[in-house]
Amino acid sequence: MGLLSDPNRRRALTNLLTRLNTPICLVCYVAGLAWFMGLAFEPFTLRTYMSENAMGSTMVEERFPAGERALATGREFAAHKRKAGGMPVDWLVKTMQARGLEVYTQQFSRTLPFPDENTERYMVKGTNVYGILRAPRASRTEALVLTASCSEGNSNHQAVGLLLGLAQYFRNQVYWAKDIIFLVNEYDLIGMQAWLEGYHHTNITGMDYTPLQGRGGSIQAALSLELNSDVITSLDLVLEGLNGQLPNLDLANLFYAFCQKIDILCTIQGKLQRSDWDTPSGYTHAAQTMMLMVMKQASGRSWGDHGLFLRYHIEAATIKGINSFRQYKTDATTIGRLLEGMFRKLNNLLERLHQSYFFYLMPSLSHFVSIGYYMPAFGLLAVILLLKALDLWVQLGTPPPGTEDGVAGVEPASSPSVLSILTPLVISHMTGAALYTLPIRSQEMAVEHFPVSETEAVVLTAIAIYTAGLALPHNTHKFLVGEGTEKGWKVLKLVALLYLAVLLGCTALINFSLGFILAVTLVPIAAFVTPHLPKVVSTTIMVLLSPGFTLLYCVFVYQELQEAPVSLGEGWILYLSVISQGILDHSLYGSLVYPLLALFVYPCWLLFWNILFWK
Amino acid sequence: MAAPLTLVLIVAVTIRAALFRSSLAELISERVEVVSPLNAWKRVVEGLALLDLGVSPYSGDVFHETPLIIYFFHFVIDYAEIVFMIADGITAVALYLAVQHYNKNVFRKQKYALEADRYPHDCLELMRTPKEMYYVPLKVAMFYLWNPFTILSCVAKSTCGLNNAVIALFILCTIKGSALLSAIFLALATYQSIYPLTLFAPALIYLLQRLYIPVNLRRPSFWLFTSQYAFMYFGSLAVIVCLSFFLLTSWDFIPSVYGFILSVPDLTPNIGLFWYFFAEMFEHFRLFFICVFQINVFFYSIPLSIKLKDHPVFLMFMQIAIISIFKSYPTVGDIALYMAFLPVWSHLYRFLRNIFLVCCVLLACSALFPVLWHLWIYAGSANSNFYYAITLLFNVAQILLVSDYFYAYLRREHHLSHGLYLKRKDGGEATLVLK
Repeated sequence: MGLLSDPNRRRALTNLLTRLNTPICLVCYVAGLAWFMGLAFEPFTLRTYMSENAMGSTMVEERFPAGERALATGREFAAHKRKAGGMPVDWLVKTMQARGLEVYTQQFSRTLPFPDENTERYMVKGTNVYGILRAPRASRTEALVLTASCSEGNSNHQAVGLLLGLAQYFRNQVYWAKDIIFLVNEYDLIGMQAWLEGYHHTNITGMDYTPLQGRGGSIQAALSLELNSDVITSLDLVLEGLNGQLPNLDLANLFYAFCQKIDILCTIQGKLQRSDWDTPSGYTHAAQTMMLMVMKQASGRSWGDHGLFLRYHIEAATIKGINSFRQYKTDATTIGRLLEGMFRKLNNLLERLHQSYFFYLMPSLSHFVSIGYYMPAFGLLAVILLLKALDLWVQLGTPPPGTEDGVAGVEPASSPSVLSILTPLVISHMTGAALYTLPIRSQEMAVEHFPVSETEAVVLTAIAIYTAGLALPHNTHKFLVGEGTEKGWKVLKLVALLYLAVLLGCTALINFSLGFILAVTLVPIAAFVTPHLPKVVSTTIMVLLSPGFTLLYCVFVYQELQEAPVSLGEGWILYLSVISQGILDHSLYGSLVYPLLALFVYPCWLLFWNILFWK
Repeated sequence: MAAPLTLVLIVAVTIRAALFRSSLAELISERVEVVSPLNAWKRVVEGLALLDLGVSPYSGDVFHETPLIIYFFHFVIDYAEIVFMIADGITAVALYLAVQHYNKNVFRKQKYALEADRYPHDCLELMRTPKEMYYVPLKVAMFYLWNPFTILSCVAKSTCGLNNAVIALFILCTIKGSALLSAIFLALATYQSIYPLTLFAPALIYLLQRLYIPVNLRRPSFWLFTSQYAFMYFGSLAVIVCLSFFLLTSWDFIPSVYGFILSVPDLTPNIGLFWYFFAEMFEHFRLFFICVFQINVFFYSIPLSIKLKDHPVFLMFMQIAIISIFKSYPTVGDIALYMAFLPVWSHLYRFLRNIFLVCCVLLACSALFPVLWHLWIYAGSANSNFYYAITLLFNVAQILLVSDYFYAYLRREHHLSHGLYLKRKDGGEATLVLK
């Protein structure tokens, strides 16, 4: 505790930190970014390995033979679906019953707050069909889930066919120690949400659904299947779930291990793994893969049907079949064998998957970066905020430098009134609250008065409120008691810096990617904003680094990483749809990104905006 | 000064009433940081239900309140929200009056000392001015009523608020010099949660000082008053305990309230230090470490009483802080009580060394508690170590805060007797180093 109690050493340290504040901050920022980019470099990452004993050393054999028949079932399903003009519930019930499952259905309906233009949904009414294969081997207290969604359009038939084929094959095996639930959900995530809420007797989002008639045990793991062609070239693993939650890394390891064993090409983020990590192009490839994961995680969306399982503490992933122009093709039998193998291993589990990591980033399927490696990158950015805050604290506390600690500290002449700090705080948070509530509330009014659709109305209202918030400093100024002082903005900045540090810290713990992306853009402006900067330049920089623009950049960067670059116009359309999706995700599934940005990050940014215009 | 105090009270009541009506109330009353097994409202309701059914509320392992509390709520259960708001109001007003009186005394003493020319001449800037002291009582009331911790605790209907009110009344009676009332309220506070026992020493010292009886073990007058006060205290404690016995006609409450506090059988996570430690420990070390941990709470009263025997009110603050840090089931309501005293020591600000660091850590920890709880319990991705790490940091910060104030207080006293600008023997500028 020498540092905390010895005044001389403390003073030396404080002097050092205040004198070299700006260089240290710059070094930290650069080091943080460099550290982050270094994470994709293979020698700095760890190889994945199976931690779970029950899944590691045990041998299973895969014998699933009936791929062709499964595809035929899929075609039959497609035909019935076309005839029924939606989910062929009766046919599915009959088919599942014929395969010896206990079959139940669940109706659900949900009215979206505003029409979803991407999927053309507004009032959704659907049915989930699921069959339970009761475990012959053990006491049916645990369950595994295999799902395939049946959405509009002709997609995913092969997945449903394979699901039914696997059900038939699994039914004849005796080694199942866990119930296996085969679920065909309509309207992908909405149906999944209804089913999960029904299964767990919760209702978080105000969905209407009929209660489930049959249940298995507590669900240990779930796999969601997406197949759109009879043959595939590779399988893609999707891990990112709601609010950036990830399943236990062992699930990814399991998938990877079986892909190696059965010899299927496997990808993550649609990117194959490359062995030439020491070449620049190899590194770029890994960095791209990792950045894609970061982007997807930061969005807080569920990138597959599995994403909602994670909320219930169920490890889940989506397996997506991809058919590209490669020569080498894999047929449905092989995919069936892969799934069989994975289920048999999961069947061996004695407890929930918990051995391996929950916080990780993957630059390739065989390598990962754990929390201990990536957190320093964020820490280096966050420490800038603390250093700046310390600097301000010292400036506020002791005007004459170099005196003995405490003793020569002159009483603060006149501390800025609490009101002058509180007013911007309250007003910017009220703007945030308006941004959060008004877009959905006022859509009807907007549609009445402007020639736009509901969805456009919501998005454009959000953007309008966001922009209107920028007019804030000129208005708060009237409420201030007396003139803003030099001390006033320093105190406000101190408060804002600490606020931002705590906010980003909490965000990064829950969703590292989101925290990091916000930190990269917000930390520089937070650190260097003062009222004395040249107005035009600094205003432009502030606006360009505001959360709204960050989102815009993310859209473009994401498209660039997907190798599907878009023009400015397309990007703008995409940007609008991303905003509407974010708002929808919040009201449908309870994603937290939109409220976080609207209620906390944006007001926090407004505080710094306010400091810039302090008079 | 009555008008601002009323305003503060009205604002505080409005905030609480609004929160009681909102959907947040239920969420807050489930938080482990806010309610402990000792003071959760859910458990009070359960106890009342058992009582109504004619079963002893202490049968089963749910209810751990004292009999007086359950009989109290038996009559006011329908007005529980109002009772908790009133309790907070009483605490704030009591602290307000107590601090006002205390400040008057401090100022008078300072005036006499100045007239007698007892302070070194360079200490003038350490003198307290009426201007600066004028708003201190109001700030104390504000610190208590507007503290988010108090608000959370009140909205969760944690009975901690009632305990705080009793302790505040005890402080008020002591500072006003009423030995009997002080003893009665101290007995009530002890009856509620044992730990306020350590407040006996500061109260006694304060009352002795008020009567100009020196703390001297060889003086008969000292022993006379001590035995008087002790008699009043133990007498009222005995009366209260017997009253509880007659209310329930059984001694069940002794093991299930005091046994529960002292032997810590419930290891639900909270912001204290006990749960993780005892959850990890082998069973046969348990008794030993429980003794160590519990003695820890009481032990500091001896050295502190000796060191601070001339400053009983500061000693009281230290004791309350130590209780709320080291007690077996701490909640944020306990912390709020000692934090309310911080404005009283605002003149020590210039001597505080780590206040910035400590404030940052306390702020960050308060925000991280729910986050890590979410990650541990709901998301399942973190584990108890994450949560305990924050608990530990939170408590370290509290300890640093308290010891910082302690050091600052002693240092000011040192300067008041030795002069502000210390010289070394060789004439250079000296600094005080705490080792």
